[in-house]
Parts: sequence; C-alpha cells; structure tokens
Amino acid sequence: MPDKLVVAGNGMAGVACVEHILKCSPSFDITIFGDETHVNYNRIMLSMVLAGEKSAEEIMLNDIEWYRSNGIHAHLGVRVARIDCSARAVIDGEGRRTEYDKLILATGSSAFIPPIPGVDKQNVHVFRTLDDTRALLAKARKGLKAVVIGGGLLGLEAARGLQVRGCDVTVIHLMESLMERQLDSAGGEYLKRRIESLGIRVMLPRQTAAILGNGHVDGLRFANGEELEAELVVIAAGIKPNAALAREAGLKVNRGIIVNDYLETSDPNIFAVGECTEHRGQTFGLVAPLFDQARVLAATVTGNRGPVFSAPAPAAKLKIMGVDIFSAGSIDESEPGVEVIRYEDPSVGAYKKLLLKNNRLRGMILVGDIADEPVYMDWMRSGTDLAAMRRQLLCPPPPSDPGLEIAEMADSETICGCNGVRKGEIIEAIHKYGITTLGKLKERTKASTSCGSCAGLCERLLRAVAPDFQEETRTTLCSCFPFSYERLRDIVRGQQLKSVEEVLAVYGNRKGCEVCKPALSYMLDMLWCGNHDEDRSARFINDRVHANIQKDGTFSVVPRMRGGVTSPDELRRIADVADKYKIPMVKVTGSQRIDLLGVKKADLPGVWRDLGMNSGQAYTKGVRMVKTCVGTEFCRYGVQDSTNTGIELERRFENLFTPHKFKMGVVGCPRNCAEATVKDLGFVGQEGSWQVVVGGAAGKSVRKADLLITVETSEQALEAAELFFQYYRENGNYLERSYDFVERLGIEKIRKETVYAPAEEKRKLLDRLHRSKALSRDAWLERDRPANPTQFVQIEPMEKVLETQLV
Amino acid sequence: MNWTKITRVENIPPREGRPVRIGNLEIAIFNVNGRFLTIENSCPHRGGPLCDGIISGTAVVCPLHGRHFDLETGMPMRVSEPACLATFPTRVEDGIVLVDLTAGHRVMEDAAA
Ligand code: SRM
Ligand SMILES: Cc1cc2nc3c(=O)[nH]c(=O)nc-3n(C[C@H](O)[C@H](O)[C@H](O)COP(=O)(O)OP(=O)(O)OC[C@H]3O[C@@H](n4cnc5c(N)ncnc54)[C@H](O)[C@@H]3O)c2cc1C
Ligand code: SF4
Ligand code: FES
Repeated sequence: MPDKLVVAGNGMAGVACVEHILKCSPSFDITIFGDETHVNYNRIMLSMVLAGEKSAEEIMLNDIEWYRSNGIHAHLGVRVARIDCSARAVIDGEGRRTEYDKLILATGSSAFIPPIPGVDKQNVHVFRTLDDTRALLAKARKGLKAVVIGGGLLGLEAARGLQVRGCDVTVIHLMESLMERQLDSAGGEYLKRRIESLGIRVMLPRQTAAILGNGHVDGLRFANGEELEAELVVIAAGIKPNAALAREAGLKVNRGIIVNDYLETSDPNIFAVGECTEHRGQTFGLVAPLFDQARVLAATVTGNRGPVFSAPAPAAKLKIMGVDIFSAGSIDESEPGVEVIRYEDPSVGAYKKLLLKNNRLRGMILVGDIADEPVYMDWMRSGTDLAAMRRQLLCPPPPSDPGLEIAEMADSETICGCNGVRKGEIIEAIHKYGITTLGKLKERTKASTSCGSCAGLCERLLRAVAPDFQEETRTTLCSCFPFSYERLRDIVRGQQLKSVEEVLAVYGNRKGCEVCKPALSYMLDMLWCGNHDEDRSARFINDRVHANIQKDGTFSVVPRMRGGVTSPDELRRIADVADKYKIPMVKVTGSQRIDLLGVKKADLPGVWRDLGMNSGQAYTKGVRMVKTCVGTEFCRYGVQDSTNTGIELERRFENLFTPHKFKMGVVGCPRNCAEATVKDLGFVGQEGSWQVVVGGAAGKSVRKADLLITVETSEQALEAAELFFQYYRENGNYLERSYDFVERLGIEKIRKETVYAPAEEKRKLLDRLHRSKALSRDAWLERDRPANPTQFVQIEPMEKVLETQLV
Repeated sequence: MNWTKITRVENIPPREGRPVRIGNLEIAIFNVNGRFLTIENSCPHRGGPLCDGIISGTAVVCPLHGRHFDLETGMPMRVSEPACLATFPTRVEDGIVLVDLTAGHRVMEDAAA
C-alpha cells in the first residue's frame, strides 16, 4: 500500500509542493482538499484579472486533467474542518474522515480585517480569491465611488483594477506614505504622485474609525472625524496566516504554524508550507520564498531530509502597468555601516536608492525606472564586491558577457520568483525539449509568465545554453512601446484609456513618434466610436487639415463623388472653384473622381465651402470610394443595379476610418468594368445574386479578392460588407491593408467570424459599426468650426519687422 | 537681444507647430507642452514644411519624408543626415510668444547647401 498523503489547501504553495513530490517519488496516494471551488490558479495574477489584462482562464496553473492524470483525489470546495492527530485522519466539512500517513497544511492566509465597526456591511469586500475578484468585477461600474483601505501592494493593485473598470477610486492608508514596508518616504511620495496622475485619489494618513451605512455601506468615518462617501469598500489591510486548524489540533502555533528548517511542525506526521507557516519568527506574504519551502518540504516528505529552508531576501514589484516600483533586500538605512546612494529626477518621476554595506549591495528601491533591476538583483544575490564599480552604480553597464554572469548562478537559484522556476530546471527543459525561443521556454517551464521581470534573465540563459537560440521577432508597434499593436489594443480597451497622451504616459515613453501617434489615434477612434479625446497633434498633417499634403506644402482636394457619379451642377461648382482659387491642376483620378491639386492651406475652408461637397477622405486611412459601373441602368449586359448599390455602400461607410485606406468597387456583371475583384471590398453582380469579395489589390501588389459569401439581395450583400468592414476595423493592425489582413487571418476564419458567426456576434459587430457611424461626420464641416482657431490660418506677427533687420 | 512679438500662446496648440512668414524668412514655432521653440521652417532635405510635422519628444518629424530634427538644437536625429536647421531664441511674456529673429543659429554648417 502506498503512503497516504493528504494536503489541506489547494493553493500555490501546496500544489507546487505536490508537483515536486510527484517528480521525486510518484508513489504516494495523494488527496488534496481545497475550500475554493477552483483548480489551482495563479493568485498573483488576480490583480491582472481585475484590471482586465488577463482572463480567469488564463491564470489557471493546473487544470483538472493534471489532477486526474497524476491520480490525485481532489476535493474542491471542501474544507478540512478538523485534524484528529492521534488517529491520523482529517475530518472535512462534509463530515467525512480521510486517513493520512503524512499531512501537509498549506492553508495560506486570509485577508486581515481590522476591528472597525461596520465591516460586516454589504459591499465591503476583501481581495484574496478568484471569487472575491469576480464579486468586485460584478459590482464595479462607471462612476461607482470605491474606497480601498490599505496603500500597500495589494491595495494599490485593487485600486487600479477598480479604476480601470470606471470606478471613482480613493485609497486610504494608515501611514504617512504608501507601501511603507517596501519604500522610504521619498519613494512613497513619487509613488503617490504617479498613482494620483492615473486619476486615483490618495488620502494619507487616515485611520478608519467606522464604516457607515444602513445595511449597505454609504461612507467611511475617520478617526479625525472627517467623512468620505463610499458605495464599495475593499479592505486590503494585510493578511493573517490560516493557522486555526493547526492550533485546534494542538500543534505549536504562534502567528503562523511553527515550522523548522525542514518544514516540519511539532507533530511528526504533519508538515506545513506557504503563507500559513511561521519560520524563525517570520511569516510570509510573497510567493518566492514559499516556492523554496515547497521544494524543501518535497525533499523532507519523500525521505530525503537534507535540504533546509532559509528565507531569502524579500523582493517586491508593483504590478500596475506604467507604475514601475521595485524594492528588494533590506532598506533599513539606520543600520551601522550602511551607505546610501541616491538618485532622483523629479521631471521624469525616477528615483533610485541603493543600500550598500562593505561594498556589497543589500537593498534597493527603484521607482519610475526599473530597467536595471536584473543587474542589481544579480549583484545582491551573488554578493558582488562593488568597490571597483562605485562610479557606475546608478547606471550599471550592461553585462559584458551575458553568458558569464548567468553561468555563475547556482543551478538551484530561482530565476522566476513568481512561478518558482530554478535555473537548473530551465537548463534541463532547454536540453530536453530543444527550446530555442523565449516563447517556447515560457510554454514549457512557466518561467516569466507572471510578472515578466525575469524575461531578461531567461533570455540570457537561453542565449548561453541553447545552441541555436533565436531572438524573437518582437513586433512592437514602434520603439516608444514595449507592446505590439494588438496587445496595446487589448490594454487600451481593458484600461479604458481615452487619449493618446494618456496611453503614452502610462504605457509608453511619454514622447511618441510619427508611427505610434497616428496608430493610437485610429485605435482610440475605433474602440470608443469617436467617444474619446481627439488630439490633432497626434495626427499626420493630412488628418489635421483634411487634405493631402503635396511636395511643395500645398494640398489636394478630392470631394466625395459617390459611386463616381456627378452632375452638371457639381461640375460647374468645381470649375468655379478652380477659377476662383487659381487651382493649378484639375485632374480625373484613378478612382473615378476629381482632384483639385495645389491648394494653399489657408484656402481649404473656402474651397470646401464653395464646392458644397463632402470630403472624399482621399488623404486619410479611411473610406475612399466605391467605383461603380453603369450596371442595369444603362449597360446591355447589366444584371444588377451596380450604380445605386455602390452609392448606398459608400453612404453607409463614408466618414469612417480604417486601419489603412479602404477602397471598394461594385460591378453589374462578371465583366468587372470597375475592377471590383481587385478592391478591398467588392460586389460582383450575377444573375439573381451578388458575390461579395474581400482583400483584393492592384497597387504595390496585385491580388484577386477572396469570395466572402454569395447572397441573393443587395441588402444581404450590404450586410455582409458591413460585417467584414467592422471586423477589419477592429482586428486589422494599423497600416495593414485588407489584402495583408485577409492573408494573415485566412478567409475561412474571417468567414466564420463575420458572415457565418452566431447571430449574437453579428449583431454586436453591426451595433458597434452603427454606433461609430452615428457619431461620424464629414470632416470638411470644420471649415466653419475649426478644431482650433489657427487650424488653417497663416499667423501674422504682431509687430512689423523690417527685413533689413534679418540676417 | 532683439525680440519680436509674434502671437498669443493659444494660437499654437500643444504639440503642434505654426508657420510665420517675415519677408523671405519662414519660421516654425512649436509648443512642446508649454515650452515654445522656433526653427526655420524648411526641411534641408527637400524643403518640407516642418511646421506641419508630428512632434516626438523635443523632435519634429518632417511630413514629407519623415526625417527627424531636434527642435532645441536644429540637429538631425540620425547621424547620417548631413544638414541641420537654424534655431531662434524664443520666450513667452504676458501670454505672447517672442522670437529673436536676428539671432538664428545653426549648430553645424549646412553641408548639403
Ligand atoms: C490622386 C491619385 C492618382 C491620380 O491622379 O489618379 C493617387 C494619388 C496618390 N496615391 Fe494612389 N492615387 C490614386 C489612385 C490609386 C489607385 C487606383 C484606385 O484607387 O483604384 C491605386 C491602386 C489601388 C490601391 O489602392 O491599392 C493607388 C495606389 C496607391 C498606393 C499603393 C497601395 C498599396 O498598398 O498597394 C499608394 C501608397 C500607399 O498607400 O502606401 C498610393 C498613394 C498615393 C498618394 C496618396 C501618395 C502620397 O502619400 O502622397 C498620392 C497622393 C497624391 C495627392 O496628393 O493627391 N496610391 N492609388 C488617385 C486618387 C484616387 C482618389 O480619387 O482618391
Ligand atoms: C491579488 C493578489 C496579488 C498578489 N500579488 C503577488 C505578487 O505580485 N507577488 C508575490 O510574490 N505574491 C503576491 N501575492 C501573494 C501570493 O499570492 C501568496 O503569497 C501565495 O498565493 C501564497 O500561497 P499559499 O499556497 O500559501 O496560499 P494560497 O494561495 O492562499 O492557498 C491556500 C489555499 O488553501 C485553502 N484553504 C485554506 N484553509 C483551508 C482548509 N481548512 N481546507 C481546505 N482548504 C483550505 C484556501 O482557500 C486557498 O485556496 C498576491 C496575492 C493576492 C491576493
Ligand atoms: S460590368 Fe457589366 S454591366 Fe457593368 S458596365 Fe461592365 S459590362 Fe456593363
Ligand atoms: S523634405 Fe523633409 S524629409 Fe524630405
């Protein structure tokens, strides 16, 4: 009979320990009790779930198949209620007895709830579990007044998550400064300013005296008598180890369950791991030391009682995108012999503090710029003598030989603190699975999949160990952002960001460039259907003045001429405008319309007014035109009314923006006179039906469009067009023409997600399109209401200057 | 110093530039988030109107072919570009932008000219 191992607690430390036990000795008969109903998930990432950066599915660590294939009896949603030490059995919440030979307590900790009157009111929450997170998500809504009690790591992450969901958030903290356990007061001040700049209110120091309200919370009262309105309260005031079970069983318990260096408790058959433990007077709140515990305990339990646990120096990183805070080691500067090196630049919000003793790094605080964290951590872990480097401490040189420094790390050293992956395991995986990229490494080992701060280390390790390491093509939008366009789109959507400057300030380098600014402008317009802060300075000149800049700084004007159809009256106005403004060239374009070239910027509003026509958007990444043929109206072969259908198509899409320019064509029969099969979207008339085709091109490259669907009526064709059009708007990368988009995704996928999508999905796509359309308008209306007073005006100096004064 | 009053600060929106012509000289004044900086308006490449460029930090990107120039020094941001722009001392007083038009200065002699 194999030994029976029971684990109480299905959390990060307990399951990590089981994983190691399975590797050492797969012969246990294992039962895990977990009082949450979920499989083991990455608790650390609940902050990201709250902030919309990850879904609940994405943070699962061990799926149900893992339990099954390892023969583990998992009792989820079942609590261990009591331990009968003498009979070596646990009694669960359902009254069942389960016998054990060895019992591991991995019960973690719970949110500490300070004894404040009113904490039991409705809408007072804690933030510890997935269920807590879901409850918060269910209540969070735009404008909800939320108060977070506690300005530590957890409280700030909760605050940001709620704020991203639209809540109006205030953080209350008992102390003079935020995150005082990890930061000094200067660091706390920088952090406070950064948090406030995100739009979160911070009140320091405030002691909550009571939570007010009749049943539901409606406010807080502080010790100084002040009151604050609140509809939702999150208590993030610390944690307390779940040690009651052990205490009642008669084990030695102080704040946590007392364990020795082997993770043994005072009962020879019972062990403990994780946040429920107390080791040499210390309890824990971060995961890295717990993974070390898990490894040591696995050895102890499997009969290899040798490895001992010693708590590593703490290291903590705030997981709020755009707020870079890192703290590690001892930050106590009052200790004798400690030297402090400090750097700050208030203009960019950067603050660094290093604490040295005997020329060795013992602690650090990094705020606003944490790029050098891996180098500092290496110095601290390895106890490097920094005497020779004293002049370069604040800007450490990059490692000269990336292999060397990593080579010096012991195999047992942890590389990924969040997931407890050691150097040795990574090397083993690289060899075993022939890993050559960081992506594959992440997939196999889970290293660098949580906070991501060890990515650099992982990459250096790969470079040193993998014979044919491949740098991953990082398809970032531009050098201003560490993200791809797609990733940024998810962030902007999730974080409800509404202006280019905000995106740049929080996620970018605060400068921006000619690549990302127009791309972000498009993204915001598309995501918020025009309901965002339009920033002209982020637009290319064409989109500031709604005309196409020419080589001499003049502009061209192409009015909308739907379906290529004009009238004598329109042509007369065009002729008059050309005369009045002395327009150097009037030309029929390749897109069936008329171009007035060489117009001065200052003349644009007048030209538009006199033309009395709408913008043809010939200058922008937007809806260009629909070329049509004469179709049934005149053509002897025509089988569909291409002209009127084309005009209707143009009306439905005009004034909207797209990832790249969007050109269309509608033809009345397969002779294809208006070249619909080489347009971004085309309708080809057939006897009794329309073929809707997409992704065609006849520009830099030539590509025949793919058939999206064949439908009977013009209305059906228009709906198919709308579905594809909005789908491309939402999923195309900026500057990706439809011909590249269709090739990238494949027509099958596009069909499945547009014309063959479930009715509900289709309705949503159309809704979003119609919402954008309703908010869109003809850009040339700015002739009467310019976006700013000097949009088209040439500025004249206020004082006369004699030319002779100039050099 | 020979300051000339040019225009009210609100006439140059944040992160945009505006051209001003004085005789044969055309300058572009930029509002870099509240700081006003002035350069000559003609791109040394092919005369592009720099006033219409997108701002990237303290640089402007020429709207015609995308060359970058630092507004503080007039220097091109890529070393391979030989030519640089003249910059003009600029200050703000009582909400009015003043430029010293007589003190145009080029860090580097225009090799391309
Ligand atoms: C005016 C016009 C030529 C003409 O005199 O007929 C024209 C002029 C320009 N085309 Fe075009 N294209 C014009 C029809 C076309 C066509 C024909 C068509 O639309 O059926 C094509 C091939 C179809 C297509 O779009 O692919 C065409 C393919 C391009 C391309 C290549 C696009 C590609 O990805 O293959 C560019 C470059 C780009 O977009 O990156 C381009 C870019 C340009 C730009 C915008 C270059 C620029 O950035 O300054 C030219 C602007 C001149 C100006 O100031 O007006 N133009 N261009 C035509 C305006 C059509 C209109 O009424 O809006
Ligand atoms: C929002 C959030 C963000 C965090 N961010 C970070 C971070 O960035 N970095 C970091 O290092 N750490 C972070 N932490 C802390 C980290 O998640 C914990 O240190 C870690 O999860 C502790 O692991 P554990 O296994 O000891 O406890 P837990 O993961 O809490 O697991 C204990 C499990 O045991 C269950 N249980 C308790 N009693 C019983 C019982 N009697 N019977 C059955 N089951 C029981 C509990 O329900 C729980 O599921 C964060 C925590 C939270 C909540
Ligand atoms: S496409 Fe067909 S119907 Fe249309 S003009 Fe050409 S021949 Fe006539
Ligand atoms: S004219 Fe400025 S880059 Fe060509």
